[in-house]
Amino acid sequence: MIDITVNGRRHQFEGDVTMPLLWYLRDELGLTGTKFGCGVSACGACTVHLDGQAVRSCVTPMSGVAGKTVTTIEGLDPEGEHPVQRAWREHGVPQCGYCQSGQIMQAAALLAGTPRPSDAQIDESMAGNICRCGTYMRIRAAIRAAAAGRSA
Amino acid sequence: MSGAPVDRREFLKGLAATGLVIVVSTSGCRGIEQALRRAPKGAGETWSPAAYVRVGDDGTVTVICHRSEMGQGIRTSIAMLVADEIEADWARVKVEQAPGDEEIYGSQNTDGSRSIRDFYIPVREAGALARMMLEAAAAARWGVPVAEVEAREHEVRQKGGRRRLGYGELVAEARTLPVPARETIRLKEPAQFRYIGKDIPIVDLHDMTTGKAQYGMDLRREGMLVAVIARPPVYGGAVDQVDSAEAEKVPGVEKIVRLKEAPPPAGFAPLGGVAVLATSTWAAIQGRQRLKVTWKDGPNAGYDSTRYRAELERTARRPGRLVRNQGNVARALRGAAKRIEADYYIPHLGHAQMEPLAALAVIENGRCLIQAPTQHPQAARDSVAQALGMEAKDVRVDVTLLGGGFGRKSKPDFIVEAALLAKETGKPVKVVWTREDDIRHDYFHTVAAQHLEGGLDASGRVVGWLHRTVLPTISSTFAPDQLYQGEAELGQGVTDLPFDIPNLRAESGPAPAHTRIGWYRSVINIPHAFAIGSFVDELAHAAGKDPKEFLLELLGPDRIVDQTQAGLAVEAWNYDRSFEDYPIDVARYRRVLERAAQESGWGKPLGEGRGRGIAVHRSFVSYVATVIEVEVGPDGALTIPRVDVAVDAGTLTHPERVRSQMEGATIMGLGNTLLGEITFKDGRVVQSNYTDYQVARMDAAPRALHVHLVPSTALPGGVGEPGVPPVGAALCNAIFAATGRRIRSLPVGKQLAPAVAAR
Repeated sequence: MIDITVNGRRHQFEGDVTMPLLWYLRDELGLTGTKFGCGVSACGACTVHLDGQAVRSCVTPMSGVAGKTVTTIEGLDPEGEHPVQRAWREHGVPQCGYCQSGQIMQAAALLAGTPRPSDAQIDESMAGNICRCGTYMRIRAAIRAAAAGRSA
Repeated sequence: MSGAPVDRREFLKGLAATGLVIVVSTSGCRGIEQALRRAPKGAGETWSPAAYVRVGDDGTVTVICHRSEMGQGIRTSIAMLVADEIEADWARVKVEQAPGDEEIYGSQNTDGSRSIRDFYIPVREAGALARMMLEAAAAARWGVPVAEVEAREHEVRQKGGRRRLGYGELVAEARTLPVPARETIRLKEPAQFRYIGKDIPIVDLHDMTTGKAQYGMDLRREGMLVAVIARPPVYGGAVDQVDSAEAEKVPGVEKIVRLKEAPPPAGFAPLGGVAVLATSTWAAIQGRQRLKVTWKDGPNAGYDSTRYRAELERTARRPGRLVRNQGNVARALRGAAKRIEADYYIPHLGHAQMEPLAALAVIENGRCLIQAPTQHPQAARDSVAQALGMEAKDVRVDVTLLGGGFGRKSKPDFIVEAALLAKETGKPVKVVWTREDDIRHDYFHTVAAQHLEGGLDASGRVVGWLHRTVLPTISSTFAPDQLYQGEAELGQGVTDLPFDIPNLRAESGPAPAHTRIGWYRSVINIPHAFAIGSFVDELAHAAGKDPKEFLLELLGPDRIVDQTQAGLAVEAWNYDRSFEDYPIDVARYRRVLERAAQESGWGKPLGEGRGRGIAVHRSFVSYVATVIEVEVGPDGALTIPRVDVAVDAGTLTHPERVRSQMEGATIMGLGNTLLGEITFKDGRVVQSNYTDYQVARMDAAPRALHVHLVPSTALPGGVGEPGVPPVGAALCNAIFAATGRRIRSLPVGKQLAPAVAAR
């Protein structure tokens, strides 16, 4: 039996503890905002926060989340008004949108730990998140804007 | 919704449960794959009903978007066109996605950068028609001539008077009125546009930033099974033996199903194999992993990229089948003061869109309901109907958002898999492709070898140009024994090459396909624009001229290029459009070239290890010039300080999304050029995931990327694809300017590393 808190709600899990958190979120809780992209921690589409840290849920087994707190894109802000989400909208970042939950979660974790990241820190932190539509220029700009808004 | 077929060129006013429904006929075009499959000639432009708008009793305007959204912003752009003409308040406009039904909507094949260029007028006509009927209803209510009323911002007002009626109040009367003839529809003048040409946030923006946006992978249905399939690793292969005992032990696995293989050419048919169906995605993945399958590999078992490359290159050095001929190239090259030649190679690429393929199928009461992220719901509908032995009318295909498409999701093989498995199990089935499935069973971008020869006279002018292009054709996926490119492929850079050269010859060579070849964002423009754009730069350096000035000289004076004088041995091709409407216009090439050069600071000196490259290309009837600046460190590390893209895509509907498409296309082009490579060994794809099939990541993105929209009143051109083709040559030309090293074989990869550079 695994206790896990997802977006502020407690759940108990009794299934296969080798199953990645991704499939628990998507298939069992119906939280489909967290995306399946590669299954091997190579694209970042499945990024969620585990006790505040950005992790790839596709390679995080359920055995590794016991007693922990998970935040998904659905729980990042109750109104969807996290500064990163607002900056994403102001900069018109998404194209197809599929990778953007993971991008936003990665960026939110970056800014939580590094409120004013340098360009190099932004690139380094975000290099694990692929956007095949190529929205990187706007992701960078949105992160800078969100950082500036927070520091103001 | 009215499901009745509608006469061509006729308007139909359907009666929905509430509100006013208008369908307007429109132009449908041959899809690129149909063209490649040599659709009957002379059919030309057909007319079939398309756009759809609904006004509710509460006044809500619902735009039914019949084109698939995959990141290009089409759901917003189509809604802008309709909303502008109906004079809607944007806040009261909703967008609904149309199911696949070509008789009602016209072509829904979201491919070939054609949504706006095909539907710019028809969807506006739908909006204008609704506006005219609402105006007529208000005029009748007030007993005044219709000329005395006008629709503005979701209400009809009496000119010079105080009376106003909201759209919701007029619906009941408007729906009873005769539908005006198409010839009487008045479209707005550009000066009157309220939304067209303005920047509006995309309609899915909030959902996409909060995790609410629904893609095919997110589909769920009560009682559904998830299927993960082991497919033959070699194209044309088949299952030999299956041992599913271990797979069946996985908790949640319910059934193992053999799927029939499709012998090449597979077309849109599934590849077959063994499906594991389970109650959860994870169980299905685990079950598939525990299958023990042996395969009969078939005739493509020997496909090997290294050997195949050598074969293509040998072919490219021999004379080929004539494509076009002007003057006498052999004589011009013999007599040239300076003569150079070069060979270019581009490997297979994979689409690798972020959302792996997924589709849900439900069969109930003799009908099949599909939900899928498809670019081509009509092809999906027809393919499913054929596979199930049903009539198309009994198959409904609903289109979800697409997590990227790039051409992959116009092939419905994955949708047919879901339908077959739903039939076999009697339950709703969602087929899920893993990333490995996606990389290994793609319809790959072709692999190409090209040989070019050029001759310069004493003044450095090009007097002879020979281009040989050799690549397996997309037709090979659909018909047997296809060895040569068709006119649609040659029309992507070769027959439409506008250069003012007196002696110009192009040939194509035979290339048998050993895998499924498909169309990938900007298609055959990728290899052709790379070779042509690189060779122009090589000639410019050989002539001792500035590459930009040299390009302008090659383009020659402003003029419309006459394709009847191009010496063509094959039919000209113009993206399914007439040359009258969309001529090859040298002035438009020149304007984008000059704009990109000027904005980039072309000609201003750069430091050691830095350089700029330039290229220009027309594709999907739009013109794009790209200037890339690179910096190459002593260790071979490449960074891109700046990119300038100038685009003339004719009249623009949504400039902000044109910018975003150009940005994305440039990044994708950089990834293609720097990193992209799919290889085969023993008939199998070597790569498996983003770990070994590399795409552009943020650290490969330029430090600055500027898109310049060149003002144009020409008819709307394509936007989704034309940003890709110039990137490869512009980048490699910049690398040459920075390092003196000419990259002729892609990807660039590690070729700039010192150990290699020292050779």
